[in-house]
Amino acid sequence: MARWTLRLVALAYLALLLVIPLGIIVNRTFENGAGAVWDSLNEPLARHAFQVTLQVALWAVLLNTIFGVGAALLIVRYDFPGKRIFNALIDLPLAVSPVVVGLALILVYGRLTPVGSWFGDQGIDIIFALPGMVMATAFVSLPLMVREVVPVLEEIGVEQEQAAWTLGASGWQTFRRITFPSIRWAVAYGLVLTLARSLGEFGAVAVVSGRIVGKTQTITLYVQQHFENFDKTGAYAASFALAAIAVVVLLIMNLLRPKEDR
Amino acid sequence: MGIEARNIDKRFGDFVALDDVSVDIPSGGLVALLGPSGGGKTTLLRVIAGLEQPDSGTVTINGEDATRLSPQRRNVGFVFQHYAAFKHMNVYRNVAFGLEIRKRPKPEIHRRVNELLELVHLEGFAHRRPAQLSGGQRQRMALARALAVEPSVLLLDEPFGALDAQVRKELRTWLRRLHDDIHVTTCFVTHDQEEAMEVADRIVVIAGGKVVQVGTPDELYDHPADDFVMSFLGPVTKLDGRLVRPHDLELFDASAPGTSPATVTRVVRVGFEVRVDLDVAGSEAWVQVTRDTAERLGLRDGVTVHVRPIEGAVTVAVATPNAPTTDETS
Repeated sequence: MARWTLRLVALAYLALLLVIPLGIIVNRTFENGAGAVWDSLNEPLARHAFQVTLQVALWAVLLNTIFGVGAALLIVRYDFPGKRIFNALIDLPLAVSPVVVGLALILVYGRLTPVGSWFGDQGIDIIFALPGMVMATAFVSLPLMVREVVPVLEEIGVEQEQAAWTLGASGWQTFRRITFPSIRWAVAYGLVLTLARSLGEFGAVAVVSGRIVGKTQTITLYVQQHFENFDKTGAYAASFALAAIAVVVLLIMNLLRPKEDR
Repeated sequence: MGIEARNIDKRFGDFVALDDVSVDIPSGGLVALLGPSGGGKTTLLRVIAGLEQPDSGTVTINGEDATRLSPQRRNVGFVFQHYAAFKHMNVYRNVAFGLEIRKRPKPEIHRRVNELLELVHLEGFAHRRPAQLSGGQRQRMALARALAVEPSVLLLDEPFGALDAQVRKELRTWLRRLHDDIHVTTCFVTHDQEEAMEVADRIVVIAGGKVVQVGTPDELYDHPADDFVMSFLGPVTKLDGRLVRPHDLELFDASAPGTSPATVTRVVRVGFEVRVDLDVAGSEAWVQVTRDTAERLGLRDGVTVHVRPIEGAVTVAVATPNAPTTDETS
């Protein structure tokens, strides 16, 4: 009896939070038929917003993959002063509101600050441009890769790597041939989570992008703008596309993953 | 030639793992580092391999100062207690790893790996994953992998420690024969005196971060440097304040020169051996006799006998109060 109650509560919770709202979006999206959806997704501004989102997300994923794997190796394999603080800092983006992140970036890299004006003199705009949006997105999705890879590195231990060293493998050869193959599914999973998080980022990007339509407007900003302007079809269609991309990416990864690793 | 470790010191925080340790491993020799766990023997092996840096002291491998060399450049083969198999590679690729790193031509790698798999009796297992092998097979694979690069030194850290008793005994004998065939300078760590005595030419007893004694198995057994070595290498019992081997005691039914009277408190038969517990003037001792002797003397609980060490028995004064005096060595 208690078990059934628990299941019912869990299902109801998921339904209220996730299934029903997503279902209604799908329903509303296709209210006027698939043709209308296709048309609104094909509008130049929508297409541009998708491009910006994709660009920002891919850069953020690239940066966080390199940094995340490196940071995980540093945390698990090396001892250094300040390691605990470093470890705690990695989780900071989970605690800090993305809006605060955006504001902080503006305070450091805005056109009127020393750093921002130096970059400006080199012809590089950071705030209200792609670099700032990539930084904001990378910041909020930073812990995901690290937290996927750290437990796997801890589990595989250091002996395989040491065995490779005694067999003559350099640090890089050891990483490429021994360490990476052991953590590749953790990296893939971290990659998908980072990508999903980056595609959906709203708060930090809203602050640093300046929401310039047709220039720095990402798809999440596009959804909000069109929703507020009563273009329900455009907003729903873009939301649906965003959710669909995330689901497809997750599905593909789960299908590719070999059975014994699941 | 061989390995010379000189005046090695190594601390981990406050813990002194190695305290001015010097050890020679002659070229082509098979040496055991024997001692209780936490005594520093694994640390010494890892210092020789370059997996740990000593705080001071030098390591010389085949005449070359290797103290500051990275593990990659020492040309040592290292076998870990828990195999350290490359889990995502099959047996063939595991063994080929060192040769692939050295960019040897494919046909040569192929020939050499097959030779080695034959040597360790894993011919039919080339395409298995480590997870599909038993513990003993994994450790033989690890050995083949270490031997593939023709190391100048083979180092084994408790190589049979994770295996069950039966397999451990088989692999021991096999390692001894393998060494007789290929003569690579070998040093292995163990806490099992039987393993050390059976396999090694020379034994280095290490405890508390220091070398306690070095010698052949016979030297160590017959002339232990102190009560610690004596009790670590085999069963001991105490008689008149000295340690003596229980099989080096003889029993009489009447008093004889040098004997002490004793009362039998227990008689246990273990196969052909009989273990006799005695009360000698208020302190406990035990004697190992044959079944014939036990029957001849009519040994039973409460019988009075007379006990003395046999002529030429090794005895050592008890110095350390907490030295083990039981038969926990087997």
